[in-house]
Amino acid sequence: MSNEANAQQNAGISKVPTGIPGVDEITGGGIPSHRTTLVMGGPGSGKTIFALQTLVNGACQYGEPAIFVAFEENSRNIIKNAHTFGWNLAELEEKQLFFLDARMPAEAILAGNYDLTGLLASLRAKAEEMGAKRIVFDSIDVLLSLLGDQRAERQELYRIHDWLAESDLTGIITTRIEASADPVFTEHFSFMQFMADCVILLGHHLLDQVSLRSCRVLKYRGTGFAENEFPLVITPTGIEVASAEVSDNVVRYPIFSDRVSSGIERLDTMLTGGYLRGTSMLITGSPGTSKTTLGGAFLQQACERGERALFISFDESAEEVVRNLASVNILLQPYMDAGVLRIIPYRSEARSAEEHLSRLKRLIAEFKPGCMVVDPLSALLKSGGSIAGPAVAQRLMNVTKEQGVTLLCTSLLAGNDPESEASPLEVSTIADTWIHLSYMVQGGERNRALTIVKSRGTGHSNQVRELLLSNEGLTLTDVYTAGGNVLMGTLRAEKVAEEALERERMNLDIERRQRELLDINAQAQARIDDLQREVTSRYEEIARMNREQEMHMQDWSTRQSDIRLQRSADEDSTIGQYEGPVLPAATEVAADEE
Amino acid sequence: MTKSTDILHLRLYIAGNAPNSTRAQANLAAICRDIPAEQIELEVIDVLKEPLRALRDKVFVTPVLHKYLPQPERYIVGDLHDTQQVFDALGLDSQVGEKR
Repeated sequence: MSNEANAQQNAGISKVPTGIPGVDEITGGGIPSHRTTLVMGGPGSGKTIFALQTLVNGACQYGEPAIFVAFEENSRNIIKNAHTFGWNLAELEEKQLFFLDARMPAEAILAGNYDLTGLLASLRAKAEEMGAKRIVFDSIDVLLSLLGDQRAERQELYRIHDWLAESDLTGIITTRIEASADPVFTEHFSFMQFMADCVILLGHHLLDQVSLRSCRVLKYRGTGFAENEFPLVITPTGIEVASAEVSDNVVRYPIFSDRVSSGIERLDTMLTGGYLRGTSMLITGSPGTSKTTLGGAFLQQACERGERALFISFDESAEEVVRNLASVNILLQPYMDAGVLRIIPYRSEARSAEEHLSRLKRLIAEFKPGCMVVDPLSALLKSGGSIAGPAVAQRLMNVTKEQGVTLLCTSLLAGNDPESEASPLEVSTIADTWIHLSYMVQGGERNRALTIVKSRGTGHSNQVRELLLSNEGLTLTDVYTAGGNVLMGTLRAEKVAEEALERERMNLDIERRQRELLDINAQAQARIDDLQREVTSRYEEIARMNREQEMHMQDWSTRQSDIRLQRSADEDSTIGQYEGPVLPAATEVAADEE
Repeated sequence: MTKSTDILHLRLYIAGNAPNSTRAQANLAAICRDIPAEQIELEVIDVLKEPLRALRDKVFVTPVLHKYLPQPERYIVGDLHDTQQVFDALGLDSQVGEKR
C-alpha cells in the first residue's frame, strides 16, 4: 500500500519509510528523504522514541546507517530505554548507528556567542565516514535555549537547515513545545515549521483522566497526507499510530461461510447453525444477565473443537472467571492447563483504550486465537473517553475480521433503563450479530430473556427465549406466549404444568368415552350375535322342516304307489299330486346370508 | 617561580573563520596579552580541518576554550567576549593579569 501511495501521490517528492506502524500510511510513504522533518510535542509525547524508532528501522530494515545527536538525554540513557523496546542498540552501534551525546556539559561556562558550525562539520565528517543516510537532532530546543536570543536561534536553525539541505541526509529534528501553547501560532515555532518540509505534531493530553496520545501531520510540502489527528500508542515494541482508517479505505476481509457453535444448542438453532466464522458478536444486557456466561460457553465449545481461544477479561481475574463459569458447568480450567485457552485479565483504567487495543492486537498476532471474547467491551469506554472508546471498539472488530477471528463482545448497558437496547459504544451497527439479554420482572421474579436483535448473513429466530442457568449448564426455553401473555420462570412453569394437567385430564376423558363406546358396541355385537344365532336356528328349523316334508312326501308317494299297486289303478289318476306349500331350499338361504 | 603546573594548558576549538570563532581568537589573544608566553600552552584546533577529533574530544559547539591544566578542568563556551567569565574560569585575577 505504501509503495503504491508513494508512487501515486508524490511523483516529485521521494520519501523514506519510518517503519513506524501507521506513520508511513498517514504520510503516504514516510518522511521526505534528504529533507528536514520537524517532530514537535510536549514533554513525554514520544518525540525521542519516534526519532529513534525511525533510525533503528532505517538501520535494520532499510539498510540506512544513521546518526543520533542527543542534546537532551545522554546516549547511554537512550540505549538503556531503547532496550525495553527490544532494540539492541549496543549491537547496532557497532556499524549502523552512531550516538553522539552532545549535551552541553553542566560545568561549561558560557562566555559569549557560539554556533553549531563545528558540530555540523564534525557530523558531516562522521556521516561520510560511516555512510549515514539519516540523522536525528534530539531535541533542538534544549540547544537553542542556551543561545539566549531569538536572532541567534533562528540563525542556528538556518545553519542546521542549510547543512541538511546540502547533505544527503534525511533529517529529523525534535523540539519540545509547551503543552499549553498552540504550536501552530506561536511565532517561534512557526519559523521552525517554515524551514521544515514536514511537520509532525505529537500530542499527549488527558481526557476524563485518561491519558491519550495523538499524532498529526501539520504540513508536508509537495505531497498529500492524512490531516486528521490519529491516536498514538507507545507499545513494548515502540510507537504505533492507529491509522486503519487511512490504510484501509477499501474494506477487505477474508470471508467464511462455516458456522461456529455458540455453545448453546438451541441458540445455534435460533441462528440457523451458529455464529458465522470471522464475524463479531455483540451481547448487550444489564448486569447479571449472564453475558459472560454466553461468552464462556462460546469459548468452551471452541476449545472442544480444538480451536485456540482467548478471553479478555476487564476488571475480573482469570481465577474469578473460571470459578464463576464453573458454577454453570462451563469448565475452562482443563483448556487453560492445556494451553489452548488464555484468560487475560486487564484493569480497564490502567491504560487508555488505544493502549488496550494495541495490546489486544499483539495478543491476537502472537496467540492466533480462533475465537475470542472481550468482556466487557464497554470497559474500553471507561478507559478511552467518549470519543476514543467507540473508535477503538470498531478498530478491534476490524482487526479480528482481518485475522478471521470470531469475536464475541459483551457490553454493559449504561443508564437507568435496563430495557433499552441502545448500545453505548455504538458498535451495534458494526457488530454482525447482536444478541440482547434482558430481565423480565413478573410474578415477583426476574427471569432472563434472550433476543437476537440482528444477525447479518444468517437467518435467525424472531422469538424471545428464556435463558436458563443451572449447574448443568445453559439452556434456552420457549417462553409461554399464549393469550397475549409472555410468561417466564415460575409462571411459565406453572402454566406449563397446568397445561400438562389439563391435557392429562382430557386424555383420560377421551379414553373413558372410548371405553364406553366400545362397551356399547360390544353389547350391540352381543345382541347381533344373539339375533344371528336366532336367524341361524330358524334356518335350521326351516331346513329340518324341508327334510321332514321330503321324507313325508317320499313316504306319501311310496304309500300311494303301494295303494295303486294294491288297487291296480292306471297311470293318470289324479290322486297322487302333492298340493302342500313349496319351501325354498335351505342351502339357498345360507348363501344369501353371506 | 614558574612551575610547570602553573602553566595554563589551553585548547581552543574553532570552526575556520566563522565570525564567532574569529572573535574568540581575538578575545583570547587580548585576555592573554599580559601573560608571559612561557606560562601559556595554547593549541588551536580547527574543527573544519579535524572534524573527527572534535567528536573524540566531545566538543560540539564552537568556539570552545578548554582549560585542561591546571585543575580544575574548564570548558568555556562562546566567543569569550565576557572576559570576566573567562578570567574567573581560567583562575586568573583580571587585575593581576593587567599588572603583568
